[in-house]
This record gives sequence, C-alpha cells and structure tokens, in this order.
Amino acid sequence: MSEAERRRPTPEQLLSQAEAEERCERHGKLKVFLGYASGVGKSFRMLDEGRRRKARGEDVVVAAVQAQAPEDVGELLRHFEVIPPLHTGDAACIDVAAVCRRHPAVCLIDGLAYSNPPGSRNTERWQDVEELLAAGISVITTVNLQYIREKQPQVEAIRGRAVRESVPESFIRRADEIEIMDAPPEYCVTRLESSDRIPELENQLSALRELALVLAAEVVDRQLEEYLRRRGIHQTFGTHERVLVCVTPRSNAALMISRGRRQADRFRGELFVAYVEQERLTQQDRDTLARNLEAAREAQATVEILHGEDPVAAILHFAGEHGITQIFVGHSLQRGWFQSLAPNPVDRLILEADGIDIRIFPHGGGKEAR
Amino acid sequence: MRDGAGRLKIILGYAAGVGKTYRMMEEGHQLLEAGRDVVIGYFEPHGRLDTIARSEGLELIPRRTMEYRGKWFEEMDTEAILVRQPEIALVDEFPHTNVPGSERAKRWEDVLVVLDAGIDVITTMNIQHLESLNDQMREITGIQVRETIPDWVTKRAEEVVLADLTPGALLNRLDRGVVYAPEKAERARQNFFKESTLVALREMALRQAAHEIDIRHAEGASGAQQEAASPAVRERILIHITEGASTAGLIRRGRRVAEYLKAECFAVCVLPESGMESLPAKTRSAIEEHLDFARKLHIETRVLQGEPAPETLMDFARTNGITQIYLAKPPRSRVPFVLRRHLVMQVVRLATDIQVTVVADRRR
Repeated sequence: MSEAERRRPTPEQLLSQAEAEERCERHGKLKVFLGYASGVGKSFRMLDEGRRRKARGEDVVVAAVQAQAPEDVGELLRHFEVIPPLHTGDAACIDVAAVCRRHPAVCLIDGLAYSNPPGSRNTERWQDVEELLAAGISVITTVNLQYIREKQPQVEAIRGRAVRESVPESFIRRADEIEIMDAPPEYCVTRLESSDRIPELENQLSALRELALVLAAEVVDRQLEEYLRRRGIHQTFGTHERVLVCVTPRSNAALMISRGRRQADRFRGELFVAYVEQERLTQQDRDTLARNLEAAREAQATVEILHGEDPVAAILHFAGEHGITQIFVGHSLQRGWFQSLAPNPVDRLILEADGIDIRIFPHGGGKEAR
Repeated sequence: MRDGAGRLKIILGYAAGVGKTYRMMEEGHQLLEAGRDVVIGYFEPHGRLDTIARSEGLELIPRRTMEYRGKWFEEMDTEAILVRQPEIALVDEFPHTNVPGSERAKRWEDVLVVLDAGIDVITTMNIQHLESLNDQMREITGIQVRETIPDWVTKRAEEVVLADLTPGALLNRLDRGVVYAPEKAERARQNFFKESTLVALREMALRQAAHEIDIRHAEGASGAQQEAASPAVRERILIHITEGASTAGLIRRGRRVAEYLKAECFAVCVLPESGMESLPAKTRSAIEEHLDFARKLHIETRVLQGEPAPETLMDFARTNGITQIYLAKPPRSRVPFVLRRHLVMQVVRLATDIQVTVVADRRR
C-alpha cells in the first residue's frame, strides 16, 4: 500500500466535506483580495475583476467603496451600478436589505474589515457579507492583513500599535477564492511616509507581507485538499511540510518536540505529536509520558494517542491520513534489535515509510545544537 | 552584493499566463514615468495581446539572430544591452536555455553579466524552475523540469515578488485563448493545466515568496534570523554522497532544509582506502556527477578515504561538529540480514550522538 493510497478521509473529514458542499449549494461564492497594507492595489483589482465579469454578462453591482479612492479606482467605479450605503451621521454601512432586493449575481464590497455604526443591522461588515452570501449573492471583497483578528498580536508587535476593526480569520479561510496583491514594501512606503522612518517601516511591512503570503498559502492548501477529496484522489503533493514527532516514555521528547516545532515553524508547516499506546508501563514511565504530552500541547502540537499492536503500522497509518512529510523518532525505538532477526522498528519505519523523511534522534546527552 | 553591481528583482509566477510579463511591463512604465532609463532587454510575447500592448512605449533592444544546424534562433543580445548601458533592463524568462553556440548556456548567466555591468534587471520566472523544488515539482506535475535555476542565483535578487492569479481565473484565460493558441491550450489542459496541479503549484509559489521575504529581512516572522545570529545553535548538515540514483534528490532536500534552518551544509563522499581509481568507471562517474551537482548548488564538498565506510563517515561528522546526517533511503526488497549491513542502517545504529535523517525517495 503506497503512502498516497493510505490517505483516506476520516469520518470527521467526510462530515466537514458534506457541510461545505451544503454551504456551496445555498451560498454565493466569496472571493477575497488580500493585501498586507493599503496602497498595494486591492481595490483596483477587485473593481477590475468586476468590470471583466460584467463584460462577460454577469450582473455585478457595487455596495461599498472606500472614501478616499485613488484616481484609477474612481475611473473604474464609473462602470458600475452602486447601491447607496445607509448613513448614520458620518458613518456609513451597506444597505443589506436593498442589496438583497436588487439581488445581483455578484456584489463588490471594498474594505471587509469595517465596523458598522451603532444601531446597524450587524455590528461588523463581514457579518453583512455573510448575510449576502447566505442569500445566494456572490461577494468579491478586499481585506488588509492587518485587520485579521488572529493576526493582531503579530501586527501589533510589528507595527507597535493595534487596529480597532477586525475580521475573524476563519471567515477569510472559508473564502472560495483568495488572491494576494504582492508588491515590495517600497511601494506602500513611498505612498505613506518619507525620510528616516523608511528602513524601519520597510522591515515591518516585509514581515506583514510574509504573513499575508503564508495565510494565502494556507487557504490554498485547504482548497487543494478539498479539491482532491471531492474527486476521491488520495494523493499528497508535499506542498506543505507536516512533522510528526513520535514520543515514547524513554525518548528525548523535549528535544524532539522543540526541534519539531522549529522545523514546522521554519517551513510554515504543522506539528503533530503522537504516542502509540503500550501496555505494562511503570508509574514512572506514565509520569514521564504525561509530561511529554503536556510539553507537546504547550508547543501547540496536535497531540494524538494511537492504538494498535504494531506501532510502526499505527504510526504510518496516521502519517498517511494526515499527509505527514517528516517523522521524528527516538533511537530508543531501536532497543532490542539485536535480539531478533526481524527488522527493528526504526529499520522498518525507514523501509516502509513512502515519501516521508525519517529523522532519528539520539537518547540524549548527544552534542546536538540546542 | 558587490559594490556597483546592478540590483535584481524577480517576478515569480506558478504557470504561463498568470501575468508575470505584463507585470514586468507595468513596472517598466512606472519606472519610465518616474524618469528612469528603462529598456526591454528581452521580451517573449507569446502572442498575448494585452502584454504586447503594455510593452509599447518602452525601448526595445533588438534580439540577435543565431544559426544552429541550419535554423535561425533569436536570443537576447547581451552585448547590445551592455553597449546601450541603461539604468534598468527588463528581461523575460530568466530560466531560458540559450541555443548552443551562445557565449553563455543560460539566460540567467547573461543576466549576471548585465548585473555586473551595474545595470538593474527585472526578470520573470515560474516556481517549477527552482532547482531545490525539482523533485516536488515532478510529484506535482509528473514532469521532470530540465531548465532549472540554482537557488543561489535567485538569492542575488533583492526582491522576489509574486504575480498571483487564481487557477480558476487562469483556466478562464486559457479557455478564452488568451494564454495559448486553441490547439496548444487543449493540450495544456490535459497536462500541466489541470486544476489540482495549478492549485498545488500556486501553493508552492506562495510559500516560496514568503520564504524569500523571510531570508531577506531581519524582522522575518519565523524568527530564523535571530537564531542564526548565534553560532551555538547553528546546525551543520552533512549530506552523504554515493553513486545511487536517489542522491540528486537527497542533495536537493538537504540543501533546502539547510536553507530553511539557516544551517551550514556539506556534501561528503566516502571512498575505499584504495581511492577513486579502484572503483568501476560507472560508479566513479556517478559519484563525480553528484559531487559536481552539489558544487553547482554552492555546497562545500569533501571526499574521504577510509574503511569501514560508516565509521569513517561518523568520525568525520564528530570531528566537524555535524548536527545532522542526511542519507538516502536504502533500496527495498532486501532480506533483513543483508539490509542490516547496509551503510544507512549501520550509520543509524552508530549515530548515538548525532541526528540522522533518512530522506525519502521522491522520484516515484
């Protein structure tokens, strides 16, 4: 059985797939133009796509535009029917009821992260978008990475200040399509500031740009998985590094988990920690194991207890299901190899793992870089 | 980067038709409007009308024609660019292989010459041409890409910018005949332009673009820079070179991991005490080819002599502070007894103080 064949969907995966398909049938499609700063051209690209769709015969309207649009954006806007927003004092929000009545095929909404004025139908604009999607209207929208809620701590650390408005990352991750506006920071910087703060700003913006690219890659990775699953293709492309650390009570788990965490971070991948349940553990082993699994959770790994008489088969089965690309094991698995003619577990992992790298860690006390 | 050398910018894409060249032309116009001296050094129009229209108004350095086996070929005229000495040259298709008889085998070599003359270059390439991703690309596309660019060449670039487009939009463009003529478009749909392939390639391109930022900017979000600054945590990776066919994949994988970990990287081959001459000609040439390949990727190589080989390798690793040994997976279908004597398994057993990674054969 090859690694690819072993990758069968679990019941949870099938359920989420069924839910996603249901959502698809009822819902309009969501397309997001993601940028990491203002001035990278999100609004222009959104309107440009709207214009092209209109030229192909789709019924496209605009429901929200930014107040201070650059000249090229203003020029594009003239191609569209605009559904006027509702005004509350200075603030404005999308007229959801009017858009639903008009019921276009596609609605363009600039600035997904805006908060609505108090007393509006929804507190946030992304909730308005959710309503439109549920009503079967497709939405094309723009968002700046800095306004994604889960990115706020990083954005704040980088930029030194927080933003008030936000969109939950899960909403972005549900997008049917995402497209990234990538440009070197110099573009945004020259539009925003001048003189001595430029190098500092460029570094900050580079970090945000990297976060935006990785988020887009993750959304695309989920789309790839769904695409393959829908078509019953059980294949992994290894586009995304997934590290599986296999711990036993005797392995040098702290080092293995920290190395796994680092490897996953560097490759912007995922970390899994698994333990294959064994009988006849001493109390001391049990305590060690509990500590190791606690360390794994602290390292924000997905922790899994595996069952099975054959530990190697259990590990490989899990690896196949989760698209693992690297397995970390301890030398301790090898214990007792000389007592038998059959290959020891480490040898078997090396031979039987298909398309997965196997990294073997010494017991500890080795002169490994820490 | 050397003083006075031109600056390189790469516009990265994941397939033909995502808009790399168009974007390059757009930047050319912006630079021209900003009063800079920009020329098109090489443009491959592929019959794409919007891109051709966007190239208008930019000065074009005529191509040179060359005869090869009775046919005429057109290539970038590097000499003419040097003579013209613009501030910035736009050069399409960075990974292109020049027709035999050209001064340099690859366009990227021409670009290095242009950069060395102090001229900035903006160029275009697709993700599948990056050497270190070659094995993954074959897994994704089923195609062995021959025109590759060593990763160190792309590291010369000050910026790598992604030209992004959703696969849906790209397939739309393909169907409307924007990318290729109808017949070629149909063939492309059967092969490279399958949706799953495009989505996977796009993910690779997004990840690579993020990585390119990470290695260039001190405040990269993965924390790699800060850690690399301290030599105590610096990993040293040893890649074990043999005559085995999976060695090229091993070198690429080791190199890639080393780059992500900011590790130092060595390629080491262990010969018997009798040396290279005692080996069969075929083995010798395979080893030499692999060592050459490692050097081409700017990996330091060492050739050791000693027996038994596993002990020689381990001694070298210990005395040189190696933290990880990279080995190729041994061939399957061996009886346990023979397998246990295989070098890989022996190294795994001997390495009680050093991490060992057995790299999967991704050639399938």
